[in-house]
Amino acid sequence: MTTTRRRTAVAATVLALAAGLTACGSGATPSNSPATADGTGAAKPTGAVTVFAAASLKGSFTDLGKKFEAANPGVKVTFNFGGSSALAQSIVSGAPADVFAAASPATMKTVTDAKAAAGDPKVFVRNTLEIAVPKGNPRHITGLKDLTGVKTALCAKEVPCGAAALKALEAGGVNLTPVTLEQDVKGALTKVELGEVDASLVYKTDVKADAAKIDGVSFPEAEKAVNDYPIAALAKAPNAAAAAAFVTYIRSAEAKQVLGEAGFQTP
Amino acid sequence: MSRTAPRHRRRIPLALLLPALLGLAFLVLPLVGLLVRAPWSTLPEQLSSPEVWTALRLSLISATAATAVSLVVGVPLAWLLARTEIPGRRFIRALVTLPLVLPPVVGGVALLLVLGRNGIVGRWLDSAFGITLPFTTGGVVLAEAFVAMPFLVISVEGALRAADPRYEEAAATLGASRLTAFRRVTLPLIAPGIAAGAVLAWARALGEFGATITFAGNFPGRTQTMPLAVYLAMESEPEAAIALSLVLLTVSVAVLAGLRDRWTAGGQA
Repeated sequence: MTTTRRRTAVAATVLALAAGLTACGSGATPSNSPATADGTGAAKPTGAVTVFAAASLKGSFTDLGKKFEAANPGVKVTFNFGGSSALAQSIVSGAPADVFAAASPATMKTVTDAKAAAGDPKVFVRNTLEIAVPKGNPRHITGLKDLTGVKTALCAKEVPCGAAALKALEAGGVNLTPVTLEQDVKGALTKVELGEVDASLVYKTDVKADAAKIDGVSFPEAEKAVNDYPIAALAKAPNAAAAAAFVTYIRSAEAKQVLGEAGFQTP
Repeated sequence: MSRTAPRHRRRIPLALLLPALLGLAFLVLPLVGLLVRAPWSTLPEQLSSPEVWTALRLSLISATAATAVSLVVGVPLAWLLARTEIPGRRFIRALVTLPLVLPPVVGGVALLLVLGRNGIVGRWLDSAFGITLPFTTGGVVLAEAFVAMPFLVISVEGALRAADPRYEEAAATLGASRLTAFRRVTLPLIAPGIAAGAVLAWARALGEFGATITFAGNFPGRTQTMPLAVYLAMESEPEAAIALSLVLLTVSVAVLAGLRDRWTAGGQA
């Protein structure tokens, strides 16, 4: 009698676990369905596309994602914005991404070295640094040299904006001790916006996107630290067709215009 | 604790055993994974870099300072909650335990908005004393204390409730003031509870990440504690991140081993 009851309980547990697993599986299926049903080469992409993109692309890519969705009914673009290096690491560790847009070739190299990119990455924009200061520039910052006397936030050297900042500071011969090294460019920007630091080195595009709250000061050394942004569809993309279509779209004339308006230089 | 309940020779039902083992595996496997993937051959090299020691030293110092802060204000707070009938005591207790469930990063945002250079209190600190807390080691200590102190308060309050108040009453009838009775009678009585709470708070402070990075930022030698170093290393050198994680794991295990009777035994009266 007890044996029967025990068996039932075991069966119930196993069933519950199985149901749970199936639920997970079915949840992941929609993004798995490739868009090659009609067999034609230039199949219309459908389904979900997951794009991992550098934090500095947030504004323009959000825009472009909507435009891409409008042009391709049935496509849903989901973004994961963050520090390029962290994104690269999660892709290498198996995050289910379709496309990766990095803020530097070095971070893209992490992905290509792991053979995680499908094909060669293509540089689609470049970006230069500016000094972000609170509205009205209360500390009268005119160049890199002025940063030594004020509280400055930089990006950590592990992320592209930090690597670029180091290069620019080196070019200017400026030796400065920041108060914090942020994980991504938006973190460095927010600290200025909150008034917790007097300045930070961020991309020109970030200053432009946040022009209502901060001012930007450009400086000549920025020319020595231009960052190329590469984009690539990923080898293990759950939705390869849509991934390829999105990469093509980002390099289209329409996307170039949007990115140019955001302050990016287009090659 | 050597008293064990009489054991029934009954088989453990499979329906309980299976999920229990699954749960155990779920909690233990990631740690095993850390050990398996650890770059043992290059470990000495990974751990000998000055950055690691800077971060570890800062972590130990700030966690200890945060524990000290928690002791100074947390023990009296626990006493207030356990031994007095102040109005709204239950509400106060709920507030005290809030950081236990609050995401630490929310705590960091709140600290930044209050104690930051433009915060309500921070602005005054800045203009009156020239003190700014964000991006300083002091800021790290505050962020850690915010997250860790509830552990101490709860632990001490529990000890106070378990301690017999009649000893204090006896001290009072013998002419001791309430403060003297607290110092000479209550404190020695609940010392083990305070110690357990302090170790727990220290361990929590050591692992603090969210509030620290939000409020105190990340700068090597000043605000970059071990968890921050692990996170940043993960972005470029996973090997280094694993090595650093091993150090934190070792410290945590050591702390728990020291606590084993007080905390993990459970069910003590």
